[in-house]
Parts: sequence; C-alpha cells; structure tokens
Amino acid sequence: MLNKEFIFKRVAFLSATLILFILIGIFTMLFLQAKPAMQKYGAHFLVEKSWNKTITIKDTNPPKVTKVVKKKKETSASDNDDALFSDDTPVLPGDNEDMQSDDTNAAPVKTDTIFGGYIPIVGTILSSLIAMVFALPLALGIAIFLSEIAPGFLIKPVGISIELLAAIPSIIYGMWGLFYFAPIVQNIFGGSQISLLTAGLVLGVMILPFMAAITRDSMNTTPDVLKESAYALGATKFEVVKDVIFPYAKVGIIGSIILSLGRALGETMAVAFLIGSVFKLPLKLTDPTVSIPVVLANNFGEANDLMMSSLYYLALILFVFSFFVIGFAKFYFLKGRR
Amino acid sequence: MREKRLLLNKIILLLSTLSAIAGMLFLAWILITLFLKGIGSISLSVFTKDLVNGGLKNLIFGQFVMAGLATLIGVPLGVMAGIYLREYGRGRYVNLIRDLSDIMMSAPSIVIGAFVFAFMVVPMGGINGWAGAVALAIMLVPIVVSTTDNMLSLVPKELREAGIALGGGKYRVILDIILRAAKVGLMTGILLAFARIIGETAPLLFTSGTNSFWTTNLNDAFPSLTVSIYNLANFPTDKARDLAWAASFILTVIVLIINLLGRYIIRQRKRK
Repeated sequence: MLNKEFIFKRVAFLSATLILFILIGIFTMLFLQAKPAMQKYGAHFLVEKSWNKTITIKDTNPPKVTKVVKKKKETSASDNDDALFSDDTPVLPGDNEDMQSDDTNAAPVKTDTIFGGYIPIVGTILSSLIAMVFALPLALGIAIFLSEIAPGFLIKPVGISIELLAAIPSIIYGMWGLFYFAPIVQNIFGGSQISLLTAGLVLGVMILPFMAAITRDSMNTTPDVLKESAYALGATKFEVVKDVIFPYAKVGIIGSIILSLGRALGETMAVAFLIGSVFKLPLKLTDPTVSIPVVLANNFGEANDLMMSSLYYLALILFVFSFFVIGFAKFYFLKGRR
Repeated sequence: MREKRLLLNKIILLLSTLSAIAGMLFLAWILITLFLKGIGSISLSVFTKDLVNGGLKNLIFGQFVMAGLATLIGVPLGVMAGIYLREYGRGRYVNLIRDLSDIMMSAPSIVIGAFVFAFMVVPMGGINGWAGAVALAIMLVPIVVSTTDNMLSLVPKELREAGIALGGGKYRVILDIILRAAKVGLMTGILLAFARIIGETAPLLFTSGTNSFWTTNLNDAFPSLTVSIYNLANFPTDKARDLAWAASFILTVIVLIINLLGRYIIRQRKRK
C-alpha cells in the first residue's frame, strides 16, 4: 500500500521533471550542434550578410608584400637551389587552378564558405513586426467588441469563430495565403506576390485570433463594479474602455501582445509559403526575403557539416530569443494568470 | 463637448464592430476557399489510393498514426506531471515547472523538429516515423500539463478531504475520486490538444518526412498529410495542387470537427 503510494508519487515527480529535462535537452543539443559554427564565426554571425557564399582566402601575406619578400629572397638566396623558386607561387595542396585565374596577382588561394544569420534574423523580426502592426488594432477591436459591445446572443458565435480561426493549422494559412491572399496584396501594393509584406500580413491573420482571445481574457478580468460605476457617472462605452478597462487590465493586455509576438517569431509554415526564401535584404516591403524558421524548414534536408551547424546556430538564436520574449511576457506581465 | 464625446464613442464602437466582422470574414474566406477548392478535388479515389497513385489514403493514415502515438506517449506523461503540480508539489519547484511548461507551449515548433533531428534522426540513421511521433509528443506534453493542472484545480477541496477521510492512500484518492471528477474536462483538453498536433507540419518536416507509399514501418520515412501538402503545393502541376487542396480540406475538416466536438462536450457538462 505504502509502496504503491511511493511509486505513484515518484512517477508523478519524474513526469514533471521531464519537462525541465526536455528544455535543458533542447538547449544543450542545439548548443552542441551549433558549436562548430559558433567557434568559427562567433558573434560576427549575427551581422554577416552572406549565406553559403564561397570566398577565396588569399595567403596570409597580401600580394604586394609577397612580391617584395620574393625579391628579397631572390637576391639574398641567389645561390640556393633554383628549383625552390622555379614556380612563381607556392601552390597549396588541394588548391583549385580555376579559382586562381581571376586573381591578377595569382596569389595562393584557399576557398572558404561563409554563413551569416543577419538576413534571416532581420526577416524574422520584420515579418513579425508587420504581423503585429496589422493584427494589433484588429485584435484590440475584436476584444473590445467581445467584452463590451456585442449583444449577448452574438458573444458566443463570434467568440467561437475567433477560436476556430486559431485552430486552423498554419499550413492551411500558407495555402490560402499563397493562392488567394498574395494576389490581392500584390494588386494593392505592387511588387511581387511572394514578399516580406504578404508573409507578414498572413502571419498577422494567423496570430490575430490568438491575440484577440487572450486580450479579451485580460479585459474580462476588470471587475464589473468598476465598469458600472463609470457608466453611472455617464461615461460612454469608449470612455469605460479607455479610462477603466485599459488602465485596470493594462499589464495583462501588454503581456498578451508580447506573447503573440513570441508566437509570431517562431511561426514556420505560413511564412514558408510566402516569404520567398531568398537570401537578400529587403529594400522595400514588397521584396522577398527569408526568416529563421523558413531557412531551417527549407535547408535542413540537404545540409551537412558547417551548413548544418550554422542552421543549428540559427535555431539556437530563435529558441533563446523566443524563450526570453515569451518568458518576459509570462513572468513580468501575466504572472499568476492561469 | 458632449456631441464630440458621443461621436468619438460611436466611431470607436463602429471600428471595433468592423474588426470583429473582419475577423469573421477572414474565417469565412478561408473556409469557403477550402470548401470550393477541396470539394472540386475530392473523389472517392482520394481515400482509396496512396499518394503514389494520386490519392491520400496513406497520408491520412500516417498522420493519424503519428498523432495517435504522440498522444499515447504524451498524455500519461502530461497527466502525471499535472497531477504532481496540483496534488503533490509545493513551492518554488512547482512554479518553475509550471512556467517552463507554459513557455514550452509557445516554443517554435521548428526548433523542436531540429532538436528531435539531432536527438533521434541522426542516431537512427535517417528520418523515421518514431521521430515524428516523439516531436509531436514534445509539442503535446505542455498542453496536457496545463489542461490537467487547470482541471484538477476545479475539483472542490471537500472531495479530497472526503476521500482522505475514507482512509484510502493519497494515490487512491487521486485515481478514484479526483481524476474521475475531472474526467470530462480532461478528455476535452486532450481532444483539443490532439486537434492541435494533428495539424502540425514544422516538427515533422525533417523527423518523419513523408512517404508516397503505404507503409506501417515506423523505422522508415513515414507518410504525413501536412508535409505532403507543403511538397505538393510547391509542385508545378495542377494535379499536384488539386491534391494539395483536397488534403488541406480534409485536414481542416478533421481539425475543426475535433475542436467542435470538444466544445460540445464542455457545453454538455456545463448544462448539467
């Protein structure tokens, strides 16, 4: 009897602890996989604009210096074995002759591949911001409608519709966005159908129901007594919302908005259909670019070695960043809310 | 002055109502699009043939198998963890786990895919169905933890006290009284969690991949409806796109039916 009790409690404890282990496991695994790229590029990875770019690395000495050195050597070592200088340049093993042909100095070259996260990081932040700018006013409007304006018989159907909108899988948003929403965005704003703007807007439609639902929940925490007092003083509905509900539920509303941002940052499929997967900084909103989840989704299959490690570096950045954004919202603003 | 206040009020109320209408319109737009495109592309052969022959049978099967396995793995863990948080644990550790679980619920799903790739796919030598199920289970656990935690908190204290007074061990009280009292809420929560993971794509992309052929071998690339939608939509032929629409329609119908079923159960219980 006592024994079963002990086992049951132990199993429950281990199950709860497993959550901690999974999170530590995710972090450790991403870190270990990202390590080669972290060691190679360091923090410069965050501002490097190239991705999978092969560059040639000249010999440690710049060409001019080599020439001088060579001349000096030639004069000083004139008696030495001619064979040593018969070749103009000391070709490194494994060097590619074709690579050198461009180089006027024919300096010894090695190739190296550069990976940098700047463009996907910028793409992730920009697409999430567009989504927030688009979704925030609508979500606030829906929340105000549901908590203050809607007549009783409408609260439920509208509420359920908003929650169903949140239940639709993200890949469906991608399909709809690509084939039906993108052409309309293109007609209005010009540019290409596949762009930062379309990706951001579809992302906005996607986080809209989530944002509206949790903002409404925050607003509903306002005690009726406060609202009724304000109405009794002759306040309009808008004034009650602005001067009673918003100040009272401010912390919760801000927390809900930040939490939605955290969700938007990690969204993959809806964005993958629409952002274009092009490693280019967007000069206009209607240019295609790429975001971190999309880089992961589209490159994981064929990546190896350094590229794989760089992908894990990006995954780690995304994980840590969204962890802090969500954690910030939860701890600072939504504390004690269950 | 008064006029201005009333006018401003009217404008804001109008804008709020318009936002709600806009939200409803988006839902209607997506559903109508899916319905029109889906109905046009669905025929009986979609359900009787595998992807390799232009159907979706193996994909629907595969998606259910992986989500089902994830539920089998994740629900016991999540429920037990929730029981610990609500019934046994005290103090800081419980709050830490609760907060971490909440954060994990919103963690980027693609990162969970990347984790499972390093954790299972590489050691096992290639994409496989187990890895897909585990990735989905990791998504599921925090949802189930949160549901269990909430539902158990609704069970009145008197029931616990009465149970203890009967002289059963604490685990007996939890299993026979508390879980039974919270059963309907728990089932609903699990149903909604299942609806959430069955539509996931990102965690499956490089864990289970997808497979054009019928297979029940979880050690191999496993058919996934969602991953195949992504592949088919990027395929340049009309036939592939039609199939992607049919698959999207079926997926949405499955997800929405499970969701509405869950809500219906909640409503039935409240009416009692």
